[in-house]
Order: sequence, then structure tokens, then C-alpha cells
Amino acid sequence: MKTNSNTKQKKDNKALLTLQKTPTGISGLDEVTGGGLPKGRPTLVCGEAGSGKTMMSIEFIVRGAMQFNEPGVIMTFEERADELAVNVASLGFDLEKLQADKKIKMDYVHISRSEIRETGEYDLDGLFIRLGYAIDSIKAKRVVLDTIENLFGGLKDKGILRAELRRLFTWLKDKGITAVITGERGEGKLTRFGLEEYVSDCVILLDHRVVNQISTRRMRIVKYRGSLHGTNEYPFLIDEDGIAVLPVTSLKLDKGITSERISSGIPTVDEMLGGKGFFRGSSVLISGTAGTGKTSIASNFADGVCKNNERCLYFAFEEPPQQIIRNMHSISLGLEKHVKSGLLRFCAARPTLYGLEMHLVAVHKEIQRFKPSVVIIDPITNFVSIGSLSEVKSMLIRLIDFLQNEQITVLFTALTLNDMVNDQTDEAISSLVDSWLLIKDIESNGERNRGLYVIKSRGMKHSNQVREFVISDKGLELIDVYVGPDGILTGSAREAQIIQEETGAAIHSYALTRKDREIVRKRQVLESKIASLHSEFESVEDELNKVYEEEELRKQILSKNRETMQSIRRGSENNDEPKNRKNDNTK
Amino acid sequence: MMNQKTGKMTTQNDKKWELRLYIAGHTEKSVTALNNLRRYCEEHLKGQYKIEVIDLLRKPQLAEGDQILATPTLVRKVPEPIRKIIGDLSNEEKVLVGLNIIPA
Repeated sequence: MKTNSNTKQKKDNKALLTLQKTPTGISGLDEVTGGGLPKGRPTLVCGEAGSGKTMMSIEFIVRGAMQFNEPGVIMTFEERADELAVNVASLGFDLEKLQADKKIKMDYVHISRSEIRETGEYDLDGLFIRLGYAIDSIKAKRVVLDTIENLFGGLKDKGILRAELRRLFTWLKDKGITAVITGERGEGKLTRFGLEEYVSDCVILLDHRVVNQISTRRMRIVKYRGSLHGTNEYPFLIDEDGIAVLPVTSLKLDKGITSERISSGIPTVDEMLGGKGFFRGSSVLISGTAGTGKTSIASNFADGVCKNNERCLYFAFEEPPQQIIRNMHSISLGLEKHVKSGLLRFCAARPTLYGLEMHLVAVHKEIQRFKPSVVIIDPITNFVSIGSLSEVKSMLIRLIDFLQNEQITVLFTALTLNDMVNDQTDEAISSLVDSWLLIKDIESNGERNRGLYVIKSRGMKHSNQVREFVISDKGLELIDVYVGPDGILTGSAREAQIIQEETGAAIHSYALTRKDREIVRKRQVLESKIASLHSEFESVEDELNKVYEEEELRKQILSKNRETMQSIRRGSENNDEPKNRKNDNTK
Repeated sequence: MMNQKTGKMTTQNDKKWELRLYIAGHTEKSVTALNNLRRYCEEHLKGQYKIEVIDLLRKPQLAEGDQILATPTLVRKVPEPIRKIIGDLSNEEKVLVGLNIIPA
């Protein structure tokens, strides 16, 4: 009985606990909040000036109207409706049209102390009625109050105002309106006038931080009553599509795995990787010192992918795309045709353009828009200039996780410095990547040549050889390294070795032909000897045969003679003989 | 000074005063405000004023036009510029100064 009632209670609790949510439609925010903002309750969005509060709240209304068929009211206390319409037009939101379609309603509440005098008791019923009228006229489900704190600037009697705000939020709750209230961040408090006291269901804090002169927008859910939510700070981006929040650390290690291979675009490199190239969806690191051809390998990979009719997204953080295209002409790679056909897309940006997290968000967005099967990031080492090593590492972990989830193969290039034994960046990243190719300078005979190693390649038989990596006007090629008596031979030393070996081979073959001729001659001599011996033998044989035949003949003649002699001697015996013959016949 | 003041008074006397009182239902506050307003007008603007009472509960669409937030709100439409006084108008001096009937 007890257990029964317990389970029943638990079930009831569960039913009670499930808080209904209103999706915002803002990419990423719904993931972080586990489905959206609390339905029918007010949410406070606070942050400093310029942190994106208005953008977030407007997008909440617009997406609600456009995607979820939930009309919304925007009540603004700061910007005039027409100004706001112009401001968000850059995001592709046509507020005028939405207003004409009765999807949204905007109401600008103007309040200025110079126009208003207060005497005696009053309440904010006027505001309630205005808002109520706006809500009823379009049957709104969502409301934004941006920034209601401005009332504090316009009205003197704070006591009345506070009581009325409390009443307003309760009233909105009673009406079942999902509301977003924005508030300016105050000193030591979330909002300047303590709005968080009234709006206690969900509080989102927006932040705009500048570290090393690079600004990053971040958001954090300070509280979300009755719901699980991500507690981290999430970077977000405001661009031409609106706000994009990146739930970067909510990823798990349970991605789908394929054993499909994808060619590196250079047959000889494929050979080193078990003959088939990289795994699809794996991550590849190409590291090397300056000028070792990392970008060339990356471009070759891009070219190969595009030739396979797959899409490739190339993030260039060092060179502008035009420069890469021009430079790749020198190794007879025509990348511009892939760009024209839309298979290859370059995204160029200086790493210092914005913070690491913003880069990650931007990369995510580009990938989701372009849907490539291969992503190239060239180079990742530049990121160290805008973040610490651990930050770069954590960003890359999240990026790799995301890409592997999407089954996208990623190729990073990394610059290593010449004299460092174990380059830090390599160390940090190498444990994350599946395949690691290292291009190393081999210095000898006053030359610098490139040697390519496959340091690791998870899940495949890869070559342990060092191969010389040659960049010529025909393209990239790997050549077997010559191991001479003094070690590895590369470049001209290798060429010299080849020439030497070729000369040797020529001399050798010359010697061989001479010997061959001698053998032929010897054989001829021997054969003629054999022929003469043969004829000699025949004559001897003839001779012998002759004797033998003569002997035979003599024997025959002798026996004949003997017979005739016998027949001459005894006539009876001669008669017997035919009898015997007859018997033989009967037999 | 005195001349200016009297001059002002004469020009004001020439004008018609158009006052609008926004209320939200017949609450205690709105009744007080209306009574106060009527009294002040009878005293100071006898014969030259017009009071329009708008109940927002019945005509909510009118709230936006005059930027009404609080109730009761008294709006001086004429003479220009528009002036607003919110509250139950219990302080006579403040109301008269606010409406610019007497100088501050």
C-alpha cells in the first residue's frame, strides 16, 4: 500500500514538474534552455548597454510570429517603433509587414519627466490597458517590454512604480503571456532597479566582454525555475541572421562512426595511409615549419574533394582566398573552378577579428549553412594569438566533436617552430586528432628539403617511412627517401645518388652484355665442338653398326649354308619338317 | 514684471482651454481627480474651459495616442504645448503650475 501511494505521488510530482516551454526559435538558445523560455511566465533578459538585449527580445517576438504562429507585442520604452524597425531590418526582419499582417504589434511608450507632473495617487492602469488592448487586438501569446526600467526615469514615485510592476508581471502571468523583460545591468545587481525581484522564473544574463582587445558576447542562464538548463557561459553572435547561441560544451562522445575512406587528393599520401586515405569524419592535423607546404597539401585535399563532387569549406586565417588560389596555380591546381561551381567555399578572417568563441560560432554557422563534407582550417596556430593554449584546445575539442557528429572530415594545419623539440600546439592538439602528418625540414648539404612523416593515423596501417615531399610545378609528390651510407639523402644529394646509381647501372649493364656475348661465343664454340663430336660419334656408330650387320649377315649365311648342308646330308629329316610346320598351324 | 504677467493673463483669457482626463473606470482616484479638476477650473478658468473625460476601459485604443501610462492623467491639449499631470490632482498648486495657469 505504502509503496503504491509513493509511486502515485511520484507520478503526480512528475506531471507537476514538467514545465511547459515556449521555443524562442533563436538558434542554440532553445538547446541551452532545454526547449525555450517558460511558457506563460515572464523572463528577464539583462545585460549592459549594447549586449544584445533588444536584439534577443525582438528576435523572440519575430521568430514566434513567423515560425510558431504566436503573435507578439513589442512594447518599447526606449526606441521609437519606426527606429526599431530600421534597426532590425538589417537582420531581415520586416516589422512593418508583420505589423500589417497582424502578427506583431508595436507600441512605443514615450515617457519624459519634463512633460509629466505628478500630484497625488495614481496607478499604471493606463499602461495595463494599453498592453491589454495590444495583446487582445492580435491575440498575442508573447510580449516584450524593452526596457521597462525607463519608467523609473520618468516617474518620481518609486513606491507606486514598484508595486505596479509587481502587479504587471502577475497580470501577465494570469493572462498566460510568455513575456521577455529587458533590464540594464546595475552595479552589483543584475538590473539597475532590481527587476529580478519581480521576474524570478527565468533570468538570462547577457555579457559583452573585451579580453585582449577582442570582444566576445556571452550569455548565461542565471536561473530557470523548475527546469534543467545549461549553466555555462555560452558565446553568441549577432549577425545578419540574428542571434546564434552556441551550446558548445553540451556535446557527448557518442558519434556515429564510418569506415568509409576519403582520399587526401595526393595518391602517394594515400599510399602512406594504408592506400586509401583518411577516414571520413576523422580529423587530420598537418603540422610543419614555415613554408613546408601545409597549405599546398590542404589545397590538394580540397581539390580532390571537389573533384569528387563533394563540398569543401576552407577557413583561411592567414591568407586571403585570392592569394591561395593564385599561389596554388604554381603547383597547377585550379581552385577557382571549384569556387565557381559552388563546391568550394572560402571563409577568410583574421583570427584577431573576434574572440575564439565567436570564431567557433562563426565556423558552426558557416558549416551549418554550407553543409560541406570536408572542412579545412588553415592554420589553427594563429588562434593562440587570441587565446591561451587551453582555450584554443577546448575550442578545438568542441569543433572536432561537432564535426565528427556531422560526419565531416576536418583538416587542420599547424605551424610549428623550428627549434622547439615538442611544439606545444602540436602536443595540445595531437591527442585530439585521428591522423597526424608532420612535414619536417631535413637539412643537409646546405639544402633544406621536406620530409613527410605519418606520426599517427588511428585505425589504419600506415607507413612508418619518411618520404621526401616534393613540391614542383606539376603538383605535390612523395618520393622514397634514399638511405645512403651517411643517412637519409634528400634533394640534390638524392638526385646525385640516383645519378650515381644510374651510372653504376649503366656500367653494370654494359658489363653484363659483354659477358653475355662471351657466353654466346663460348656456346657457339662448344656447340660446334659438340657437333663435330656428334658426327664423330655417328661415324664410330656407323662403323660399329657395320661390323654388327656383317656379323649378322654372316650368321644368316652360315645358318643357311648349314641347312642346305644338312638337307643335302639327310633327306628324311627334310620330310619331317613340313609335318612340324603343319602341327604348328593347327595349334 | 507685473505688466508681463498681466499680459500673459490676458492672452490666456482669450484662449479656450481644452483638457482631457483619462481614467480607468470609476475608481476612487478617478472620481477624486475629476472633482478636483472641476473645482480648479471653476475657480480659475470659468467659462473658458472644456473637460473631456475618457474612460480607457471603454476606449483602450485612445491610450496610445496621448502616451498614457498612468491613470488618472490630465492632458492639456490646448493651449499648446501639451502638458500632462498624473495622479488624483490633490495638490492644487502643483496642478495650476503644471497647467501653466499660474506661473511657477
